[in-house]
Amino acid sequence: MPTTIEMPKLSDTMTEGTLLRWIKKVGDPVEVGDVIAEVETDKATMEMEAFDEGTLAEVYVEEGQKVQVGQKLAILTGEGEEAPKPPGESKKVGADKKEREQTAESAAAEKKPLSKEPVRSAAEPTPESPQQTAPSTGTSQTRSKASPLARKVAAELGVELQQVSGSGPGGRIVRSDVLSAAKTEQKGPDRAKAAPTPETLKTDQRISLSGMRRTIANRLLEAKTTIPHFYLQAEIDAQPLISLRQQINSAAEATGLPKITVNDFILKATAVAAAHVPQANAAFAGDAIIQYADVQLACAVAVDEGLVTPVIREAQRKSLSQISSEIKDLAARARSKKLKPEEYQGGTITVSNLGGYGVEQFFAIINPPQSVIVSVGAIVAKPVVDAQDQIVAGQRIALGLSCDHRVVDGAIGAQLLAELKRLLEIPALMLI
Amino acid sequence: MDGRGPSVPNYCFMKYDLIVVGGGPAGYVGAIRAAQLGKKVACVEKERAGGTCLNWGCIPTKSLLRNAELFQLMQKRSADFGFRFDKLTYDWPKIISRSRSVADKLAGGVEFLFKKNKIDYLRGEAAIPTAGKVTYKDRNGKEETVEGDHILIATGAVAREMPGLPVNGKTVVNSHDAMIIDPQPKKLIVIGAGAIGVEFAYFFNAFGTEVTLVEMLPNVLPVEDTEISVALEKSLSKQGIKIFTNTTVASAKAEKGQVRVNLEGKQAQELQADCALIAIGVSPIVPTGVSITLDKKGFISVDDRYQTNVPGIFAAGDVIGPPWLAHVASWEAIQTVEGIFTKGFRPQRVKEFPGCTYCQPQVASIGLTERAAKEQGLKFKVGKFPFAANGKALAAGEPEGFIKILIAEPHGEVLGAHIVGPEATELIAELGLAMKLEATYEEIEATIHAHPTLSETVHEAVGAAFGEAIHI
Repeated sequence: MPTTIEMPKLSDTMTEGTLLRWIKKVGDPVEVGDVIAEVETDKATMEMEAFDEGTLAEVYVEEGQKVQVGQKLAILTGEGEEAPKPPGESKKVGADKKEREQTAESAAAEKKPLSKEPVRSAAEPTPESPQQTAPSTGTSQTRSKASPLARKVAAELGVELQQVSGSGPGGRIVRSDVLSAAKTEQKGPDRAKAAPTPETLKTDQRISLSGMRRTIANRLLEAKTTIPHFYLQAEIDAQPLISLRQQINSAAEATGLPKITVNDFILKATAVAAAHVPQANAAFAGDAIIQYADVQLACAVAVDEGLVTPVIREAQRKSLSQISSEIKDLAARARSKKLKPEEYQGGTITVSNLGGYGVEQFFAIINPPQSVIVSVGAIVAKPVVDAQDQIVAGQRIALGLSCDHRVVDGAIGAQLLAELKRLLEIPALMLI
Repeated sequence: MDGRGPSVPNYCFMKYDLIVVGGGPAGYVGAIRAAQLGKKVACVEKERAGGTCLNWGCIPTKSLLRNAELFQLMQKRSADFGFRFDKLTYDWPKIISRSRSVADKLAGGVEFLFKKNKIDYLRGEAAIPTAGKVTYKDRNGKEETVEGDHILIATGAVAREMPGLPVNGKTVVNSHDAMIIDPQPKKLIVIGAGAIGVEFAYFFNAFGTEVTLVEMLPNVLPVEDTEISVALEKSLSKQGIKIFTNTTVASAKAEKGQVRVNLEGKQAQELQADCALIAIGVSPIVPTGVSITLDKKGFISVDDRYQTNVPGIFAAGDVIGPPWLAHVASWEAIQTVEGIFTKGFRPQRVKEFPGCTYCQPQVASIGLTERAAKEQGLKFKVGKFPFAANGKALAAGEPEGFIKILIAEPHGEVLGAHIVGPEATELIAELGLAMKLEATYEEIEATIHAHPTLSETVHEAVGAAFGEAIHI
């Protein structure tokens, strides 16, 4: 039996993925576990492995094409088998490749994803993921009203239907609309060449959403509009932290060990504080509150197209140096989009640090289903009043806490913030 | 009430938004649409609402053809169906009066629609002395004037006269006369094998008139796909009609009680008959008054918005030229009226339209013929499917004919569809929709067609273009 390879659901929020590259080409033999292609999801770039063996008989999507989860990507055939004809293919008169793919795409788009995932890299859901419900929005793109012929011609000419205005019945896009749009597009660059004034070069751009951007949009809109946020703020004395860090790092330099950053301290402190105030290491689950046994510490990492929050597992049990080396590795792989889903799923509390950008203070949006996010500002030198009521020079960090009031009341949030402040101002406490 | 609408007619004190001249398929439809758009509308008609189509064209002839079809079935094929008649006869005056009563009923329907839409229905022959004004003489010869911001000329056309053989209503007739001719002619020469000529040839032949059909072009129904025309010629010949193609009338003479026609071309001979039917097309009826630019053949020239050279005067329907079809006329009138009153509406000119001929077997088509597609240098595939392989056609005892669909390459849109066979005129609707929506063969193929129906032939013909028809 020929096996259909479909776009796997590689993360619980994934609704579509971009097929970045076919590693195997049509005609290549495929063994179980072979990497067939690279797929970019909303979170990361992943390798797609074969679940069956056979020969890659046919591929239906081109590199760079966005594909809905469950849509047909390719066909694997066994020995002596022939690939089944995609709908309409045999009678395709003078069909070029693009057009055939269009056909396959539209036919496959109607199919529901099979329950059996043909690709193995779809990870097992992490234990926490049942609560981490994916936002169900954003799967359907706005559909242009266009005739089947107009769609085919647009696909062939590379015309974006969203950019075409329709002259058919009810504003329907018909072939002539696509043809005239294609003509204008062709003329466009020519005109620009003829008169390359700065004005003509600077035009508004329409940037289509990447999977990651769409997920950020959906999830944060959901968070900001459905979670009753409240905010707490405290300033900590960073001097002890700075001194301890200097000690550790000068020792590390001598022994060739990796250095520790301020952020590492904050991560460690957050892990310990969350373990001490378990009411804040929790999630709202509709008819219950789930209090997590472990601190799965998420840390926001800026990447090219947006941000990812890789998770340090059971962070409350890990040492400062463990946390430091783990986050270094996770952040690097997040930037190169090499994170596996289980590495960014299932966080229970998040730290977002914009101190490196000089931001003094801010309040981040909660990353659902978590209840708390810690916003960390820059270390700022400023006058402070010391214990002796003297104005002295101080090194300060502003911490912001955004809390979900359904789970965390003001007092609990305050308790967590106070614990953080205590740990960071007397960093030795973190060692016990 | 005298059919003029309200008891205090609007025209006494107001200016209309639109005055439509002519109450046929263009005129009455245009008037109703304008009224639907909230406009004050008058429609001036010299005879009776409904125009040629309803009174002297499409509708009454369909009544006659239904008689012919039933009689032919009972007379020629009753044994096939297991019926026996001792003596099958018909009542010619009744056949004609049934046709008239159908027309009467529908004409009354149009008058009702005028009332319902509060359109002033003005009876009389109209003239347009200047833009914005229409005069008409009522039945007492009294001249009335109405004023309106816009005028739509929808006066239609009449049967074209044949040079040298003027219509006299007895031995030389046009389609109007032919549908009420009594007694039934024994021998009839039909000159012109377009839809009208073919339909009358079929009708009279079915009732036993000896019919000769003369056409100067190589095939009957010359606008149709040649393959369809050839199939129809065979069928009509088998039914007993003499068909002379590539033949023209050199001279003709109407004598007392008979007509003599000298033919030249492929069938050069002299024919004698008791009647000749002239069916060589139509001539426009242009209202008198303001000077309106006409094309070479005398039809009114209009721009993209159906406006004539005189601002404020528009024209639609048969009077602006071919195709002379009721459904096209109505469509044009709606385009015109929407173009006048609906902001941002861009009227379109007719592109694809179905054409139907109601002889048996019926002929219907839309879009390009195979020869037109070749002339345009288009790439396409042809899918054909015979009714003989269709269950419903066999069950109905109508296995004659076939469907032919032209599928363009490479995108697979429908270029044209041609049907000769049972209910061809009903089957064409699906393909009209397919073409309007720019469906490709894939959408037609993906559509489940009910079984058993004649419409399965559409599905199968599309499949046949790719060697995938199931039942052949």
